[in-house]
Amino acid sequence: MRAFLEGSKAIANTVSLCRPGVISAYPITPQTHIVEELAQLVADGKLDSQFVNVESEHSAASVVLGASASGVRVFTATSSQGLFLMAEVLFNIAGMRLPIVLTCANRAISAPINIWNDQQDSVSLRDCGFVQLYAENVQEAVDFHLLAYRLAEHKDIMLPVMVCIDGYILTHGIETLDMPEKEKIDKFLPAYQAPYKLDVDNPLTLGFLADPDYYTETRFAMQETHNEALKMLPELFADFSSVFGRNYQCVEKYRLEDAQKAIVAMGSVCGTIKDVVDELRKKGKKVGLLKISALRPFPMQDIYNALKGIPRVAVMDRALSLGSLAPLYSEIKSIFFAKKKAPKIISSFIAGLGGRDITAESIKEIFRQLNQREVVGKFIDLKAELLQDKL
Amino acid sequence: MFGPIIAKPGTSRKNKTGSWRTGAKPKFLQKDCIACRLCLILCPEGCIEGTQKNSFHCDYDYCKGCGICALICPKRDIEMISEEK
Amino acid sequence: MKEIRIHARAGQGAITTAGILGSAYFIKGMYAYAFPYFGAARMGAPMNAFVRVDDKPVRMRSQIYEPDFVIIVDATLMRGANCLLGLSDKGIAVINHKEGIQAPKPKLKQKIYLVPANKIAQETIGRPLGNTALLGAYAAATGELDLNTMQEAIRERFTGKIQEGNLEAVKQGFEFIINNK
Repeated sequence: MRAFLEGSKAIANTVSLCRPGVISAYPITPQTHIVEELAQLVADGKLDSQFVNVESEHSAASVVLGASASGVRVFTATSSQGLFLMAEVLFNIAGMRLPIVLTCANRAISAPINIWNDQQDSVSLRDCGFVQLYAENVQEAVDFHLLAYRLAEHKDIMLPVMVCIDGYILTHGIETLDMPEKEKIDKFLPAYQAPYKLDVDNPLTLGFLADPDYYTETRFAMQETHNEALKMLPELFADFSSVFGRNYQCVEKYRLEDAQKAIVAMGSVCGTIKDVVDELRKKGKKVGLLKISALRPFPMQDIYNALKGIPRVAVMDRALSLGSLAPLYSEIKSIFFAKKKAPKIISSFIAGLGGRDITAESIKEIFRQLNQREVVGKFIDLKAELLQDKL
Repeated sequence: MFGPIIAKPGTSRKNKTGSWRTGAKPKFLQKDCIACRLCLILCPEGCIEGTQKNSFHCDYDYCKGCGICALICPKRDIEMISEEK
Repeated sequence: MKEIRIHARAGQGAITTAGILGSAYFIKGMYAYAFPYFGAARMGAPMNAFVRVDDKPVRMRSQIYEPDFVIIVDATLMRGANCLLGLSDKGIAVINHKEGIQAPKPKLKQKIYLVPANKIAQETIGRPLGNTALLGAYAAATGELDLNTMQEAIRERFTGKIQEGNLEAVKQGFEFIINNK
């Protein structure tokens, strides 16, 4: 059903139709609207779920861990510092192979404190074992939650999924989307059947001590499962398309067919880049975009195939790995190490940190700087006048 | 793919910690016992059984010889003895 | 594509205003993207809300620097900042009129409308919240939306007495422009 809805409301109402048995979260900007709406739905009796109020994100994550271990579908959401406070538990959730779905409303990390959007929070936790999906618009944000539950709860996968949506831009942005109907969701997402759960009649232990004789195999299995998830995602996307009529991929190639220059990016900025690509194409410039929708598992082969014939590639990071190359850049770059077919130049650009607006002009600047020389870690829209060598 | 992430109950029985004893083991004298159950409660292996006075004993397959039972016994009715005896 | 920038203070309902405006375009069958930008996230701090409208899905996510239309909810914001900055040469501004605050002079083919929105709101809603009166004025001043569509968007947002008041506010805002155009 076509609707004009705030991203947070659209997500909350879609999650509600997924019928999570337990929801726990702690409010944090810009995530709050999502769980506020869910709490309202529970309070109004429209959603039969236990909403557990907690005193911190660490507890919220712990509550959904415990609930998921007992075999119910669960949901939580957070942002920024909240995600970091959850971090310890998130590794546990993944290690215990619990199919939790978490929404990360992407926000910058302190200090200095900043409530605006970048992707440092979820990107910093790329190693925690969660599958990570990044949405470009509210429609994707909504649809990815359905895909997230399907993938997470598959009996061969059993990995948690983090749906990453740009704070404010998508959480507070109101836009037109096709809200998934209950009947279709029920068709696409069957009730959760836990392959293992805490049950007094059939006791078992999760998260027990695994000494050096056992630990490696638990991690090896997770690594393998991420590869399996990568293989399974195209099937899930096809299945999703057959029910909802919308097509997704781990990477989206936008006007790359004959592109001489391409930007690689994640999240809502891809919309802005698409508009700029169209504008430049009208002027005869052969430019394109590669949108990464899945950061984990990382679709290396898809990225290789998409970029191998493009002479100049710019990777735009909205997060840093301080002291080294930008995270997405270093991973893209490593795909092409010692490969015969590879872009001549793969440059790295940093943009949109802490809510710094990424305008059409910022994107054009990246295309302009993508010339003969490889650029590494170039900050776009940097204000030199604010920098000083000494205090 | 899954690694060893699930433990079924009862696995601790497979690990016979009695082999960890290095020299001493408790001897339940069963003379002055008042059935206070302190030995049973505090045994880290949970291998002490008993209900009535002077009925308490342990399973040497699992007793690590830590000596807590002997130390805590208010009647000094448990003593640590050499393994050889 | 049409771009609209709303100037207000945090707490004055700019996001609601942007949402209703976007919703009206949605009812008209267009695609809209309404979104806020907060400065200091505190009551009273200057903030913007934006609406971008097109006949195809809106993908551009940046803020709006060269708006086609500007709505100023609180005229006192014009004391400290140029709220018409970047307004298109043919742009239209709808300003909630306040005694003692001079409206900027229009450039080229720009049009500026001062609307007694708070006065209308006081009489219709019972509180000086001129946002919906401004939306009525916006519809009339720009010709982008008809009164019915704007009122339909109001009906989707509010219920009961508040809906009635706001429907009347939209109507009076609309008529104010028609009578003074």
